[in-house]
Amino acid sequence: MRRVEKTRVTALQRREARVRRRCSRPQAARPKHLHTFGESAVENILELSHITKRFPGVIANDDISLGIRRGEIHALVGENGSGKSTLMSIVYGLYRADTGEISFKGAPVQIGEPRTAIELGLGMVFQHFMLVDTLTVAENVILHAEPHSWGFVDYKRAVKAVEELATAYGLRVDARARVADISVGQEQRVEILKALYRQAEVLILDEPTAVLTPQETEELFQVMNNLREQGTTIVFITHKIKEVLAISDRVSVLRRGKLVGTRNTAETGQRELAEMMVGREVLLRVKKEPAKPAETVASVAGLQVRDRRGMPAVKDVSLEVRRGEVLGIAGVEGNGQQELVEAITGLTAPEEGLVLLHGKPIQGLSPMKIKRRGVSYIPEDRHKRGLILEYSVADNLILGLHSDPPFVERYLFRNDRQIKAHAARLVESYDVRPPNPDQIIRTLSGGNQQKVVVAREFSRDPEFLVCSQPTRGLDIGAIEFIHQEIIRQRDQGTGVLLVSAELDEILSLSDRIAVMFDGRIVAVLTIEEADEQRLGYLMLGGDPQQATGELESGVTAK
Amino acid sequence: MELRQSSLSSRNLLVPLGSVVLALLVGAVFVLIAGENPITAYRVLFVESFGSVRSIATTLQRATPLIFTGLGVAFAFRCGLFNIGAEGQLYVGAIVAAIIGVSFGDLPRVIHLPMAVAGGMAAGGIWAAVPGILKAKLGVHEVINTIMMNFVAYYLTDFLVTGPFHGGRWAPETDRVFPTAALERIFLPTRLNSGIILAVVAIAVVYVILWKTKTGYEIRAVGFNPGAAEYGGISVARNMVLAMVISGAVASLAGVEQVLGVHGRFIQRFSPDLGFMGIAVALLGKNHPVGVFFAAVLFGALRTGGAAMDRLTDVPRELIVIIQAMIIMFVAADELIRRLFARRGKA
Ligand SMILES: Nc1ncnc2c1ncn2[C@@H]1O[C@H](COP(=O)(O)OP(=O)(O)OP(=O)(O)O)[C@@H](O)[C@H]1O
Ligand SMILES: [Mg+2]
Repeated sequence: MRRVEKTRVTALQRREARVRRRCSRPQAARPKHLHTFGESAVENILELSHITKRFPGVIANDDISLGIRRGEIHALVGENGSGKSTLMSIVYGLYRADTGEISFKGAPVQIGEPRTAIELGLGMVFQHFMLVDTLTVAENVILHAEPHSWGFVDYKRAVKAVEELATAYGLRVDARARVADISVGQEQRVEILKALYRQAEVLILDEPTAVLTPQETEELFQVMNNLREQGTTIVFITHKIKEVLAISDRVSVLRRGKLVGTRNTAETGQRELAEMMVGREVLLRVKKEPAKPAETVASVAGLQVRDRRGMPAVKDVSLEVRRGEVLGIAGVEGNGQQELVEAITGLTAPEEGLVLLHGKPIQGLSPMKIKRRGVSYIPEDRHKRGLILEYSVADNLILGLHSDPPFVERYLFRNDRQIKAHAARLVESYDVRPPNPDQIIRTLSGGNQQKVVVAREFSRDPEFLVCSQPTRGLDIGAIEFIHQEIIRQRDQGTGVLLVSAELDEILSLSDRIAVMFDGRIVAVLTIEEADEQRLGYLMLGGDPQQATGELESGVTAK
Repeated sequence: MELRQSSLSSRNLLVPLGSVVLALLVGAVFVLIAGENPITAYRVLFVESFGSVRSIATTLQRATPLIFTGLGVAFAFRCGLFNIGAEGQLYVGAIVAAIIGVSFGDLPRVIHLPMAVAGGMAAGGIWAAVPGILKAKLGVHEVINTIMMNFVAYYLTDFLVTGPFHGGRWAPETDRVFPTAALERIFLPTRLNSGIILAVVAIAVVYVILWKTKTGYEIRAVGFNPGAAEYGGISVARNMVLAMVISGAVASLAGVEQVLGVHGRFIQRFSPDLGFMGIAVALLGKNHPVGVFFAAVLFGALRTGGAAMDRLTDVPRELIVIIQAMIIMFVAADELIRRLFARRGKA
C-alpha cells in the first residue's frame, strides 16, 4: 500500500525544473533553448505504459499504453465513464495507478501529487474550475508561485507577467478583474494561464469546450493553435467528434477503460470514431416522424423577468408549446434563456406576464406545485441545480418526488424499499454506470450524472417537459439515447421546450424553432424554414426580414 | 494517497480518533512541563473516568448535557447552519422548565414532568427560531443572531431568577422544583439521572429524522446544495427555520436536564459553557448522532478525570482545557484539508 517513492523525482529532473523556473519565472515566453527543435518530430514527450486503475466495482483504466508526441494536439475521446478523466488524473498525480508506468521526456517518473506534475512541466485544466472567486485574475494565476521581493508579493510584476503571457498566446482576459466577475470562458483562460505561468509543456484540458459557447470554442481553438505553434503539447478531452476533427493531430479512443486505438486525425472520420467509441454504429441523426401537434399544453404571454442583478433579462416574451411537438429555443447563451426557463418552472418569479399550463396560470407558484401539475425540468447546470452530489443515486432519483407516495409512508417516513426499487428500475433502463443505486453520485462520471437527471425527470411522465442543455457533457451514445427519449416523450403527447446552445441539437430535435436574442423572441421558424446559417444570423441579432431574403438567395447548407 | 479514495466510513473514524490521540500527545508535553509523568497522569485520568461503575456513571452524567447541545448543533449543521446559540437556548429552556417545575405542585408526575420538559424544549425552539427566520427571510447570518440571542437569554434569565421567580433563599436561584417534575437520580450517589435516557432517545430521534424521514431528506438537501433543493421543490426558507427550531429544542434539553435532574432548581448562570462545548462535541462527532454520543462521553470523561487528576497529581485541571482545544484544532484542520481536496473535484 504505502510506497516509499511517493513524490520522488529524480535529482536530474528536479534540477531541470529548478533551472527552468530560475530562467524565466515571470516572463511570458518560454526560453527557446528548452525547445530543441532538432529533436525528431515523433519523440514522445509523455509515455504511459500499462496503466491500470481500479475503483471499487470498476476498472477505470485497464492496461492502457499511450504515447503523447511532443508538440501535438492529442484528442482523447470515449463514452462517459470510459476513464478519460481518471487517466489524466493519474498523469497529473491526483490518483495513483495500481500498476503501470509513466515516462516524461524519456525518463520514468513517479508522480505522486500534482506538485510533482507541475514541477515536471505538466498542467491540467479541469472541467470544474478551481479558482478563488474573491481574488483577481492575476492573483489566481500566481497563487502558490508568487513573484516576490523582500518577502512581499510583487503584485505589479504579477500583473505584468500575466498580461505578457496572455498577449503571447492570445488569451484575452483582464488581469485585474476579480474572478467572481468574469465569464466561464474567461475563467477557463485563467486556468490555462495558470498552467502556462507554471511553465507547462504539456497541457491537459478536460472537456474544455463543454462549458463554452460556439464563439468561445472558436477562440479556444485559436489559443490551442498558438500554443501548438510555440511548442506546447496538448491533451484535449472532448465528446464532440467535430472538434476532434477540427483541431487535433491524433486521436485516441477509450472504451470501458480500455484503449481501443489511436488514429491520425487526417486519416479517420466521424463514422469510424463514433464506432470506435461506442462499439457499434451510431445514428448521427435522430430518426423521427414529423410531429403531430395537438392542443396547446403550455404557453407564456407577455413575460418579463429580471435576472439576479435586477436587469431585465426576458422582455415581453410570448410562446406556446403544443402537445406532441418540440419547440426549440436557439440563442447564444446568456440572452435570457435561463431566466425564461426558471420563470416557467417556478424558480424565479416573473415580473409581469402569464405562464399558462392547460390554460391555467401557474406563474408565481412554487416549484413543487408546478412539478406536481406535470412539468418536468432538466436544468442546465446539473451540479448547481439538478443533483445533490453528496446523495446517492437512489436519493437523487427521488428529488422532487421525495414527498409523494410511494416514497413516503405515514406522511413522514421514507419508504426505502420503494426508493430502492425505483432507483434499480431507472438505473437499469437508463443504463447508468456503474449500476449501483447506493453509490454517491459525485463519484459517477459526468455523463452518468446527467443520465440520472434525465431518468428522474422523464420518469414522472410529464405533460410538459422543459429541457435546458440536456446533453451537455454527454458522449455520442448517450446523446443519441437522450435524443430518442425526448422524441419518444414528444410522440407520447408531451409538449417539449428545448433550450440548447448546440445548433445541431436544436435542428435535429425541434419541430419549430424560436430564436432568442437580447431577451426577446426575434423569430419563430418551422423546421423547414430553419438552417444553421439563418439561425446563426438571427441569434447574433440579425434582422429577421433580411434573414428571409438571404434564405431565398440560396443558402446551400443542409 | 489511497486514503483519498478509500471508503468514507474508515476516513470518518480516522480523523476524530487521530485528533484525540494527537491531542493527548500534545497534552503529554504539558504534563512533562508540569513536572509529572504523562503515563501516570493519563492513568489517573482514565481510571477516574472509566475505572469503576461509579466513575462511569459520573462520566455519563457529565456527558448528558453535552449530548443534547452537541446533537442540537449537529442538527443545524446538517442544514448548513451554524448554531452557536445553544448556550442561550439551554438557558431559556432551563428557566421555563424551572418555572413549570416550581408551579403546578398538585399535578401528577406523568403530566408534570413531560410538561416541564416540553415547555423547556418549546422555549429553546422558539429562541432558535428567531435567528432561523431572520436568516431565511432576510439572509442575516445566523452566527451573528444566535450569539446575540445568547446575551438576551443571559439577561432575561438573570432578571427572571432574581426578580419574579427568585426563590426563598438568598442566592440567585429559584425554589426547588416539585418532585413530580424532577428527573430522578438513577445511580446514587452520583448525580446521574434519567436525563441520560432522554439523551439516548434524542439520539435515536435525531437519527430517524435525518435519515428516515422526508423532512431529514429535505433538511440535508438544503444543507448540501440549496440551489438543487429549491429546484427539487424543497422550500429552503421553511427547512432552515425548521432545522433551527429542532436544533434549539434539542439543545435546550441540556438546560432542562441540569435543572430537573442535577441542581433541582434554576441557578443564575449555572452553565459551564455547555452550549459552546456542544459545538466541539458536534465537530468531533462529525455531526452524526452516534458520533456526538461518543464525543460527549469523551468530553465528559475528560472533565471527570481532570478533576481527579488535579486532586491526585501535580497536573492542574487546565490541562483538560488544553487537550479539548487541541482536539478541536486537529478536527478543524482536517475540515480544512478535506475541503481543499474536495475543491479539486473530477470532471
Ligand atoms: N473517486 C471514484 N470513486 C469510485 N469510482 C470512480 C471514481 N472516479 C471515477 N470512478 C469511476 O471510474 C470510471 C471512469 O470515470 P472517469 O471519470 O474517468 O470517466 P470519463 O471518461 O472522464 O467520463 P465523462 O466523459 O463522463 O467525464 C467510472 O465508472 C467512474 O464511475
Ligand atoms: Mg471526465
